[in-house]
Amino acid sequence: MAQIFHRSANTIARLSIIGVVVVVSVVLWAGLEIQRSPYATYQGVAEMQPVPFSHQHHAEGDGIDCRYCHTSVENSSFAGIPPTKTCMNCHSQIWTNAPILEPVRESYRTGKSLMWTRVNYLPDYVYFDHSIHINKGVGCASCHGPVDKMPLMYEAYSLRMEWCLNCHRAPEKMLRPRAEVFNMAYQQPSHDHPVTLADGKVFTDQIALGSELKHRYNVRSVEGITSCSTCHR
Amino acid sequence: MDKEGQRKSEAVCPGKMELAEAREKLSRAKSGPQYWRSLEELAQSEGFYEMLHREFPRQASVWPEGASRRDFLKLMTASMALAGLSACVKQPLEPIVPYVRQPNEVVPGNPLFFASAMPFGAYALPVLVESHEGRPTKIEGNPEHPAGLGGSDVFMQASILDMYDPDRAQTITYLGELNTWSDYAIALKGALNSQKAIKGAGLRILSRPTSSPTMASLMEQVQAAFPESKWVQWEPVNRDNVRAGSQAAFGQYIETRYNLEKADIILSLDGDFLSSGYPGFLYYARQFATRRNPDLREKMSRFYSIQSTPTNTSGKADHRLPVRASEVESLARAIAAGVGAAGGASGNLRPEQQKFVAAAVKDLQAHRGAAVVIPGDNQPPAVHALAHAMNQALGANGNTVIYTAPVEAKPQDQTAALKELAGDMSDGKVDLLLIMGSNPVYDAPVDFGFAEAMNRVPLRVHHSLYNNETTELVHWHINGTHYLEEWGDTRSFDGTASIIQPLIAPLYNGKSEYEFIFSLIGSLETAGYDLVRKYWQGQIKDADFGAAWRKVLNDGFIPNTALPARTVAAKGGEIPQTKRVNPDAMEIIFRRDPLIYDGSRANNAWLQETPQPITNLCWDNAVLISPNQAKHSGLVTGDIVEIEVNGRKVNGPIWPQPGHPDNSITVFLGYGRTKCGNVGAGVGFSGYRLRSSDAPWYAETKIRKVGFGYPFAHPQGFQYIDFSDLPPGKSDDLYGRHVIRKATLEDFIRNPDFAHENIESPPPEMTLYPNYQYTELKWGMTIDMNSCIGCKTCIVACQAENNIPVVGKEQTMRGRQMQWLRVDVYYEGGTENPAMYYQPIPCQQCENAPCEVVCPVGATVHSTEGLNDMIYNRCVGTRYCSNNCPYKVRRFNFLLWQDWSTPQYKMMRNPEVSVRSRGVMEKCTYCIQRIAHGRINAERENRQVRDGEVVTACQQACPAGAIVFGDLNDPNSRVTKLARQQRNYHLLEDLNTRPRTSYLAVVQNPNPELGTSESS
Repeated sequence: MAQIFHRSANTIARLSIIGVVVVVSVVLWAGLEIQRSPYATYQGVAEMQPVPFSHQHHAEGDGIDCRYCHTSVENSSFAGIPPTKTCMNCHSQIWTNAPILEPVRESYRTGKSLMWTRVNYLPDYVYFDHSIHINKGVGCASCHGPVDKMPLMYEAYSLRMEWCLNCHRAPEKMLRPRAEVFNMAYQQPSHDHPVTLADGKVFTDQIALGSELKHRYNVRSVEGITSCSTCHR
Repeated sequence: MDKEGQRKSEAVCPGKMELAEAREKLSRAKSGPQYWRSLEELAQSEGFYEMLHREFPRQASVWPEGASRRDFLKLMTASMALAGLSACVKQPLEPIVPYVRQPNEVVPGNPLFFASAMPFGAYALPVLVESHEGRPTKIEGNPEHPAGLGGSDVFMQASILDMYDPDRAQTITYLGELNTWSDYAIALKGALNSQKAIKGAGLRILSRPTSSPTMASLMEQVQAAFPESKWVQWEPVNRDNVRAGSQAAFGQYIETRYNLEKADIILSLDGDFLSSGYPGFLYYARQFATRRNPDLREKMSRFYSIQSTPTNTSGKADHRLPVRASEVESLARAIAAGVGAAGGASGNLRPEQQKFVAAAVKDLQAHRGAAVVIPGDNQPPAVHALAHAMNQALGANGNTVIYTAPVEAKPQDQTAALKELAGDMSDGKVDLLLIMGSNPVYDAPVDFGFAEAMNRVPLRVHHSLYNNETTELVHWHINGTHYLEEWGDTRSFDGTASIIQPLIAPLYNGKSEYEFIFSLIGSLETAGYDLVRKYWQGQIKDADFGAAWRKVLNDGFIPNTALPARTVAAKGGEIPQTKRVNPDAMEIIFRRDPLIYDGSRANNAWLQETPQPITNLCWDNAVLISPNQAKHSGLVTGDIVEIEVNGRKVNGPIWPQPGHPDNSITVFLGYGRTKCGNVGAGVGFSGYRLRSSDAPWYAETKIRKVGFGYPFAHPQGFQYIDFSDLPPGKSDDLYGRHVIRKATLEDFIRNPDFAHENIESPPPEMTLYPNYQYTELKWGMTIDMNSCIGCKTCIVACQAENNIPVVGKEQTMRGRQMQWLRVDVYYEGGTENPAMYYQPIPCQQCENAPCEVVCPVGATVHSTEGLNDMIYNRCVGTRYCSNNCPYKVRRFNFLLWQDWSTPQYKMMRNPEVSVRSRGVMEKCTYCIQRIAHGRINAERENRQVRDGEVVTACQQACPAGAIVFGDLNDPNSRVTKLARQQRNYHLLEDLNTRPRTSYLAVVQNPNPELGTSESS
């Protein structure tokens, strides 16, 4: 009886087994990559805003503290988006006729809020609290990136749960002295840039500093801050 | 439901039972105490066993409406395909909308709390309202208010839903067509001008009774401008009998309030003082619980109850005597005779009644000055007069009973006033009728023919929150404001005045009652704020009125406005006998509904879905009848009977209720609404159609079976965790699990450890898993079953706090109710007069949680603080956890019950809690959002969480203070102290689940002369 299959069928069969594995893996991998990509997370994407507000100009150029506008960051879960009034504190005096600021003046005149597009976005089932992070020595820049270098605001990190857990699983990698939380130019300690605490203790290593601060600021155990109900309720 | 579904549900749904079997079970010699939850359990029907062993019965998984196999396959294919894709949805961009000018006190993200008051009936309920960026989201009690003590009731908790109810009247209408306030002004002005000429002889104002000082002053101004006009007050569940009783005893209307903290002996004559809505309920509940603490030993109070229908109040009594409503008077006379009060007469009593009366009399006599007799609002004036006489004879005045001037503004005999109004309208004497808040077309006594009479009035105006039955028959309807939208004032039961302040601008531009009334005498544009403030400017004598006013608004009450005690003496002498109901005839008792009250709350889905205290029915009223009587009349649950009173007939379904007196039926009022919104219309049947002015509370009746098979939603018939009576030769794991533990005070003093006797309690190390050391916080809860009064406020509070959806009657019948917290009612003894125990069951937060180990996706895991976390966004809905939960406290979103589209509901929800969707398991989390908030606040201030800083919603709501929550690692916390009490026990501890929720066993204080409470 003649062979039904050509000899090459063996190879094809072997290849197709491998092929299926490869294709499925590639599809899964591609799916995961898309989920992690800026396409889905908006990481690094500057969205259109009613006014092209420049953090670089205000924070770095004018040296305005984060808390001048984000007033509730130290005592509320929400950092606060400044009311139009805050803008007008200065812009009723300077750049009073700049066309670019017309939406701000209009909002102030009409009492209708400016509609900003949210840049740092968390899903509704995540209950992030700014105040506790500020209080435990997590710098603004640790999550928001170099905001003072952003002419247009964008999300610096993916803000995915795996990214949050990087720090929640090892808070010592990120903590900084409370006094430096709002300092956008702060650098983690190294031999060239040692960090001195208020009591004079000098650190040249982030892990050593972080561990010390973790203790001083009573940061909860890693098990505690990685419990699901810490962020989800 | 199709026929097939109906049959299935009848087979397993609670509601079917064989009374003969039940009685036989009961009559069998029993060993030890027996606690049962329903007649099905007693009868041990097939359905009962299914409910016992499965959280969700067979039919819970039945397809909603006859789906075919093909549809099923199609759906499954589609959902398989979509399940994978749905995870890949890209989140849409969302806007942030900041303030233009941010108010000073607002910190975005942190709620603000405002003190206000909720008018209920004529009285104030002091509230503290949580507001998120201008949206009120939750009502709590005001802990600083002297008459509220921080407790709340079901109506307060549910009132937030009323405000956001999309069914509310949203516009002004004329003959059902849209219209404007200015057009109304023109119409009103014309009518008023012609009234001016005749001094207002044709003007009538019909409103609910009120205690508002501002409203009283406005009404006086109206009276001055139109001297011949009349202000008629009407409330269908009114206190006319209380007023008439006071008239009979003192010759004037005197407000009575009680001091239960001083009461050693409480005798209730059908008084329902532990039910939501009773004036002073919050205060009495707390006081009652304080004196029921068994650690007081012999100072623990004793409570005798004579009741015509079982209530959650009578369930707390040490001795109960169920009698027909019309018989209460003769018992009152017998007791009065015993204590030497005027009007007493020893009547013709049955032996067990004589025994009860003799024991009560002896006890009352022995505690002169510390005894109190509380008559029910629905008892005739004679009973009230007798109670006044008894309290006087017992030296209660000034001790346990305090008399004050009336709290209500212009109290009147409402029934008489409404009758006069109806007569005037029929005679054509009324030209302009303003109805404010009332709904007389629905709830006026039938003999008045109110609707026909009203139709003869040339101009009829109705002001209310909803378009209701009355709205249909008026010319103008003005949409009112909710108390969270208006300025006003009101007084609580002790007279303390509160200012009502708005939390939000009127959602639909409504007019408040103050503005509505002021439009008769002044400008139509005057704001309620000005009216209220102006009134109090004349009252608050303070050099700096502005500061005093701000303090009043901050505190929620005006200091020193409680009415002073008055010394009054009962006149004595004969108290005329009330007309008796023929003792051989069946008697019908009308009661206000424990949850939807007089029908005015009928459109509130939270209240409709909360199982009623005692009966545990929801979404319905029923004809309550004693199981004995039902058997004699050949009736079973769900049989439809025709009730006939004086030739008027209404049909209603039968519900045999253990503890109900024989030869009598009870009907809750407030149902059978025809027009009130989508929720309440068409639910139940209306008792008002049988109720006439000469017999408002009880009457002679006849019942006749006309149908059968009415389906009830009875959540208590699900989620059994225990049962008490095992047929011989059968064995069952769920038998006799000591869920209820109780002792008498005597036994408790002799053996304080009674709750742990003969209980198997495995050692803590008996587990496969390593023992975890909880070194940080260790949350726990204790529930004192002795304090719990079964009012169900905790259920509504939980629903409001945790964004829990309602599911409706049909879904409740499948056992799919969503309330995280349930309050089980256990009966002990026979069906004639069983003792009752209330057991609130939230998630027990087991340390060895059976639910956690079976979750395939880790959606329920343990936190370091011992919480049994539920992570909604991980849950894929396998329901394994709920299968494995021995306490049956997990709830599953079988369908999409959350309303994601109605804008009002979006505003109402608690922003701190995820809104769950279909296919997700949910359960009590000890209010994790409140824990997180408290913990973060403490950590921010670098300190430990203080005891009492984190309060769960149920704990905060509980008027009796039965629920205590806190850190079990703190040796000085209240919860630790309670958890260490010998009365403390865990549910089903033989399973070694080690729950964090524990219960304090019941201790009753029966009179040794009457024996234990179950047999009395």
